[in-house]
Amino acid sequence: MRTFLILTRREYATYFASLTGYVIVSAVLFLLGFSFTDILDRLNHQDPIDLPVTEVFYQTWYFWYVLLLAAPLITMRSFALEKATGTFETLMTTPVSDLQVVLAKFTSALLFFFTAWLPLLGCILVVRHYSSDQSAFGGGIIASTYLGILLVGALYMSMGIFASALTRSQIIAAMVSFALGMAIFLFSARYVYGIEQAPWVTHWLGNVSMVDHMKEFVRGTVDTRYVMFYLSGTVFFLFLTLKAVESRRWK
Amino acid sequence: MIEVEGLTKRYAGHAAIDNLSFTVARGQIVGLLGPNGAGKSTTMRILSGFMPATSGTARIAGFDVFHQSREVRQRIGYMPENNPMYTDMRVREYLRYRARLKGLGWSRSRARVAVVMEQCGLADVGRKIIGQLSMGYRQRVGLADALVTEPELIILDEPTLGLDPNQIRAVRQLIKSLGGQHTVLISTHILPEVEMTCDHVLILHEGRILASDAPEKLQDRLNARGRVTAEIEAPEADLRNLWREHPLVEQIEISAASGTYLRCTLTPIPGEDIRIAIFEAAQQRGWKLRELSRTRPTLEDVFVNLTRPVDEEDF
Repeated sequence: MRTFLILTRREYATYFASLTGYVIVSAVLFLLGFSFTDILDRLNHQDPIDLPVTEVFYQTWYFWYVLLLAAPLITMRSFALEKATGTFETLMTTPVSDLQVVLAKFTSALLFFFTAWLPLLGCILVVRHYSSDQSAFGGGIIASTYLGILLVGALYMSMGIFASALTRSQIIAAMVSFALGMAIFLFSARYVYGIEQAPWVTHWLGNVSMVDHMKEFVRGTVDTRYVMFYLSGTVFFLFLTLKAVESRRWK
Repeated sequence: MIEVEGLTKRYAGHAAIDNLSFTVARGQIVGLLGPNGAGKSTTMRILSGFMPATSGTARIAGFDVFHQSREVRQRIGYMPENNPMYTDMRVREYLRYRARLKGLGWSRSRARVAVVMEQCGLADVGRKIIGQLSMGYRQRVGLADALVTEPELIILDEPTLGLDPNQIRAVRQLIKSLGGQHTVLISTHILPEVEMTCDHVLILHEGRILASDAPEKLQDRLNARGRVTAEIEAPEADLRNLWREHPLVEQIEISAASGTYLRCTLTPIPGEDIRIAIFEAAQQRGWKLRELSRTRPTLEDVFVNLTRPVDEEDF
């Protein structure tokens, strides 16, 4: 546990020791701010709507763009860079276990992802300050929104870490992780657009449709089926990552 | 401290190391000497537990490097080839992180980092970012990292690579001072390096051990074959006749040196030192002798000697 914390702390600090971290945070901030002004604009010029403001936020596709773009960038360096520079060797010859390293890299990536989303709180608070109805911004809704972000983020971070553990090239890691992330996302798009297909396919797609999952979270509904979907997906990819890291001992 | 038996590592059919067996006693400084691709780094990577061998066993302090990897890793300080480090961290910060990662407590890690920074001459660069340090300083940070837990075994892969002569001397001095309390395994392709620092040398070539001996003994064996250079002022024909008929000289080569002197490069028959004979010959004839030296064998000579077919074997 102690080793895990030491590793996580360093991994997390690395995001802020290099330009990459700040670039990602700025990009996320830019997209957030852009979508925020966009939403405010629409709210001011449209008829009143009866949806929670957090949901309005996710009716735009901005959230998904941020997720799809930021996840590969955050995770691409985790293993690939260490392999490319050789520090993987110095790291793995200290008395740490493979599992500790994988978990530390995952945890720090997720923490960083979460950090990048914190400014959203500011946006919500600004709207809350100027709006007449405070009930639209209940703590419960905000908490479940963030739980949703955390869960989707966990799945995407685990996919990215896995892609990074496969290669020593950051570019390849980013592309593999982007392809994985995009594939899962397109399942939801296919469902949302209601393309005609066999009923069982629709049913299956409905279960993995992240857009619909997120809709529930931003409404303040925490469905354990969705929670399990993200948790099991994350565990699955972390398991694959662990095997990829262990594979150097198989030869 | 290290017991290696029948260690083999194959990559896609070709053996990087082939049936390697050796032992290293506690407190010894042992050098792995060999050209690039001889299998030095592969051996070290296996010993440090980074990757497994195809067959054979290796034990460090009684622990198997594969099955008890963690126990082994707790007891070693390993500096890989090219000394990879997190270049975005500061020196002191990096060393403290590494010390903590290797299991030292908070206050103990601080104390040890202060000691090794002093030991490796890093005291005034503690706040510098590693990526901005010169090669020499980086190498010292790598050494400090290997030493920080006071490990029983220190494995250094090419510790003097890329350093200038002064820095090389300092690093050698440091390694030499580690002998006794620590067991040290270093790899190099520079012959004088092992002569100066090691108690024992293992010569590797194409994944096999060609020789395993103390450096002085190895030197003696090689010197037995050492060529002698003499600069003598004498008529060339006389010199040629003298050496041709001399019973101890096998090969001669005479060329003009500066002034009126001639430079003779003589290869003696194996096992003989002809320096005295040269001096006496010059004295008897009243020739002036201004240089008499024995060529130190280079690594190249070592390999020529050791990899020659058996029928030419001379020791």
